[in-house]
Amino acid sequence: MRIVVLVKPVPDPGEERLGADGRLDRTVSAVINGNDEYVLEAALQLLDANGGDVTLLSMAPAGITDPIRKALAMGATRAVLVSDPALVGACAWSTAQVLAAALQTLEYDLVLVGADTSDGGGGVVGAAVATLLHHPYLSHARKIEPFEGGVRVERLSASGHDVLEAALPAVVGGTQLLGEPRYPTLRGIMGARSKEIAIRTLAEIGLADRAVGGAHATTTLLDARPPASRGSTRVVRGADPAAAAAAIVDFLVERRAI
Amino acid sequence: MTAAPALGRLTDDQRAIRDAVRTLARERVAPRAAEIDRSATFPEDLRALLAEQGILGLPFPERFGGLGADLLTVCLAIEALSAACATTGLILAVQELGALPLLLAGTEEQLERFVPGLAAGRDLIAFALTEADAGSDAAAVRTRAIRDGESYVVSGTKRFISHGSVAHLVIVFAVTDPEADRRRRISAFVVETDSPGFSVSRLEHKLGIRGSPTAELAFDEVRVPVANRIGAEGDGFDLAMRTLDRSRPGIAAQAIGIAQGALDAAAAYAGQRRQFGRAIGEFQLVQGLLADMDARTEAARQLLYTACDEIEHGAPDAGRWSALCKLVAGDAAMAVTTDAVQVFGGYGYLDDFPVERMMRDAKITQLYEGTQQIQRLVIARALLARNA
Repeated sequence: MRIVVLVKPVPDPGEERLGADGRLDRTVSAVINGNDEYVLEAALQLLDANGGDVTLLSMAPAGITDPIRKALAMGATRAVLVSDPALVGACAWSTAQVLAAALQTLEYDLVLVGADTSDGGGGVVGAAVATLLHHPYLSHARKIEPFEGGVRVERLSASGHDVLEAALPAVVGGTQLLGEPRYPTLRGIMGARSKEIAIRTLAEIGLADRAVGGAHATTTLLDARPPASRGSTRVVRGADPAAAAAAIVDFLVERRAI
Repeated sequence: MTAAPALGRLTDDQRAIRDAVRTLARERVAPRAAEIDRSATFPEDLRALLAEQGILGLPFPERFGGLGADLLTVCLAIEALSAACATTGLILAVQELGALPLLLAGTEEQLERFVPGLAAGRDLIAFALTEADAGSDAAAVRTRAIRDGESYVVSGTKRFISHGSVAHLVIVFAVTDPEADRRRRISAFVVETDSPGFSVSRLEHKLGIRGSPTAELAFDEVRVPVANRIGAEGDGFDLAMRTLDRSRPGIAAQAIGIAQGALDAAAAYAGQRRQFGRAIGEFQLVQGLLADMDARTEAARQLLYTACDEIEHGAPDAGRWSALCKLVAGDAAMAVTTDAVQVFGGYGYLDDFPVERMMRDAKITQLYEGTQQIQRLVIARALLARNA
């Protein structure tokens, strides 16, 4: 089974910063988007069970390879990274066109995509890619079962779950309901160094004269700002719950609340 | 594995391995640490996790399924695990210690027989040198191995053997020639713990590393095939000393990990705990403590990394480097964890917080794999020999 997993490097959730231009600063530590890790885990489980290969496909600046290497270390076979200066500031519609065009240069049976991203949160790219390629789109899968010529997906519903089936090739979207992603083993980490990350420009995927990228964004960023500080709110951080609890007790005692 | 670059810089692989083990330690080991200590139970689930992740395969050659990591990389992993739980870090450290005699002097046949199971993390191995009357004076061991046809008959008792009750294999140092010179009396053997006559006669209740089983092992006429003897008769003492030259950095790594864990906990607490209307981290006396803790931990770490590099590259004074890094790291761990309890104040004395456990765990790093006093003897002798 040949699977392509769409992955997006995003700023580490909780570490997001805005740059001077009001856009997300993408030079801070990047990780694989949370939902993408869950669908990648599903892909790797299918790989373990049925053989074949798992290709990562991403649209990102060429320098951001650490998250891709980690995904390769988890067990993906290879990666394709579409990278072009024209893509800075691209909107979701451009992203979908780029990924669809890149997919047309690859051979695959199944495409897996995270339901949405932690930075953009649009949740439309998976459906847009499927539409552009005229593939069925099965969203919010909590279980993915390929069979001869098709794929079956379970999706939670208000009253229980739905079962959907579609012919391959198909696009399937998922969330954390697919299960905890594996840790890369040390052997995987060392092996990832020699796995291929192929970089493709817009021209190489046939989009040289298409209106994609920042200059053709269909959405405009009007304003971006962090939420207003509400004065003396103290956030108790730290990994140790006992220390945090003690700090909260101190805070309440100091204000004679307890 | 790519060769180590200029001193002080980690390779990409080393950094990636260190970060991966740190993540695992933070997410899967740290939540178990308090309970492991409280119940004094060997964390078999974490042993399985370390095996599955390939961490227990680090010290072993790739041709037997290991990862062929250098000494520094193994130490990075021990350090990262020990910051979360000293008992868990010790699982890797003891695995390395126990396997070293085989890796240093085993035949290809012995390696083929024993190493694949070790590299897979499925078989644990222990190092049995110490006896009730032979600790620092290791050459004074009395366990006896008498040749009988194609076997040796091993009788005696070993004390304070880490993992002695959970190991499948034990490297036993026994006297084969009582008449020979002190350093030629002893030979090393691989004893399989399912052999008749082998038993665990006692488990110690300890101040720290309470999840690590420390056992007294009884050998009652245990038959060990000649094919299980490592090296020639009489090579045992020298092999033990060469092993410790390579394994002491692992204990230094454990000590530095413990110190770092304590430092991180103390620094976080100092940022949260408020007295006199402000976080205690704003007071200079607390800052002074934290700064000294950081300086000592970092100095010990840099010495360890240099020592690993020297030992890996065959430095003739490997023994000196090994003793230096273990001496400095052990004393640093004890000082840093004691100061960590101090930063926490009264709360540091309670088992609701991790630092009292870290302080208890730190003490052993000044005692095993050679006491701090023995390390000083090794260093002084090297100095005097150099200046003779």
